[in-house]
Amino acid sequence: MMYNIEFETLPREALEAIQLRRLQTTLQRVYATVPFYRRQLDLVGLKPSDVKSLTDLRRIPFTTKQDLRDNYPFAMFAVPMESVVRIHASSGTTGKPTVVGYTARDIQTWAELMARSLASAGATAGDIIHNAYGYGLFTGGLGVHYGAERLGASVIPISGGNTKRQIMIMKDFGPTILTCTPSYALHLAEVAAEAGIDFKDLKFKAGIFGAEPWSERMRHEIEQKLHLDALDIYGLSEVIGPGVSVECLEAKSGLHIFEDHFIPEIINPDTGAVLPYGETGELVFTSITKEAFPVIRYRTRDITSLNPEPCRCGRTHVRMNRVSGRSDDMLIIRGVNVFPSQIESVLMEIEGVEPHYQLVVDREGTLDNLTVMVEVGEQAFSDQVKKLQTLERLISKNIKELLGVSAKVKLVEPKTIARSEGKAVRVIDKRKL
Amino acid sequence: MRVEQISVFLENKAGRLAEVARILSEAGVNIRALSLADTSDFGILRLIVNDNAKAKETLKQNGFTVGRTDVVAVEVEDRPGGLHKILEILRKSGINVEYMYAFVQQSGNHAVLIFRFDHLDEAVKVLTENGVTVINGSKVYSM
Repeated sequence: MMYNIEFETLPREALEAIQLRRLQTTLQRVYATVPFYRRQLDLVGLKPSDVKSLTDLRRIPFTTKQDLRDNYPFAMFAVPMESVVRIHASSGTTGKPTVVGYTARDIQTWAELMARSLASAGATAGDIIHNAYGYGLFTGGLGVHYGAERLGASVIPISGGNTKRQIMIMKDFGPTILTCTPSYALHLAEVAAEAGIDFKDLKFKAGIFGAEPWSERMRHEIEQKLHLDALDIYGLSEVIGPGVSVECLEAKSGLHIFEDHFIPEIINPDTGAVLPYGETGELVFTSITKEAFPVIRYRTRDITSLNPEPCRCGRTHVRMNRVSGRSDDMLIIRGVNVFPSQIESVLMEIEGVEPHYQLVVDREGTLDNLTVMVEVGEQAFSDQVKKLQTLERLISKNIKELLGVSAKVKLVEPKTIARSEGKAVRVIDKRKL
Repeated sequence: MRVEQISVFLENKAGRLAEVARILSEAGVNIRALSLADTSDFGILRLIVNDNAKAKETLKQNGFTVGRTDVVAVEVEDRPGGLHKILEILRKSGINVEYMYAFVQQSGNHAVLIFRFDHLDEAVKVLTENGVTVINGSKVYSM
């Protein structure tokens, strides 16, 4: 199923011609309107008009998350605020989120890409879409929502949480497409089973799962327990949100990147060198149609590879493989981005607490659990149990407030957090995806 | 009128208490009284010893987090009603006990109660005014 058969099946030559034209326009615009990008191009002595081929893009320096942070909140916007109709944000590493904006046309572009993504899973105007991605600053909920409406499908904007009610609605409304994080899909299956409801008796035919890493093993588990086709979707708010790439029902093998809107590159994360198709490295995106928040060579930190092989679905767009890891130490817990440095900043703000900590992530049943181990030094220590328990609760509360993720705090003895070559091991990820 | 107590942070895992006992034993420190408060994750060991400085130093050298707190030691008759009498005095004066523990002397007919108060001076004043014997530190350490 294709929503935009013309653009999704463009011959490569025609696609690349469109990419170059759109890239040139984007560069002209950001050079004129975003001081950061003007400096980036000036740094290498490049004018937008010097970019005459797609490979010329490689001459432009990368944009990093730090650059977005340095330009917090709106300095990366390429249009005046009068043209911005929507603002989203994702959690940042120092308490400040990464802010992105959309013009009315950006929202339309995004809706089209999400409509394409839903159609890729077989969704049509006749489908009912149970959208359990969170609504809010997070792009997941509203991204799927607009795509579903663009497709003409009926969307249930259930958002996250209140799982028992979700099960009731699934039973009563008979949705046919499920959209949520893969771990939440498994959680739904569990809660349904407890309530004596078998997904076999529900009407789901497909699910689009993303916003956190998962695996083929999880796909099989989800498909078996939820009786639907489980497809992977990828996106990040900096690039547009969900709908940057998606798997097709026909192949279920890699996610087609919507190349008429984004140019992907794979680089060596250490040297920055562009790697050929098939090689594994860090994924970098350049947006070529966005108005409010264009990104030029944005380093996603996600590790994957690109596959140019023709696909049986007929799409000509290159496929990216499942994201296999990160080139930084970011963790994704229940769909929320968590950097160890964020936890560190929470600890630093509490008097007497030293930043000796370790994050342990585990999956209990189907949901991720984050435990923060904190070493108790003399300053934080007390002979009274209630004071230490108050400290645990305070750390937990501050983490929840800053990151939006629940964490169990466990106080441990000094020097008990494993150190390798003198450097503390900050993250232990016990999840088996 | 104060008694120094040391407290040690312990993770709830096998062998930690034994480790503290071993360290103190090797340092020749004698434990006069102790209490252990625990939660599901951690415990706080509180100790009255004959040599606070040495106990604190050796435990710290062995990587333990050690704190010190002033507590009050009170002599009480070793017979039914002894504890109640003292708690009644504190209750009537509105003094809150953070925690307490007790030990019985080998000889004689007295027990010793160790009290942790938030407002120590006020508590000592109330106790002495009501005829309770508050023992000083040096006597407790060498009991």
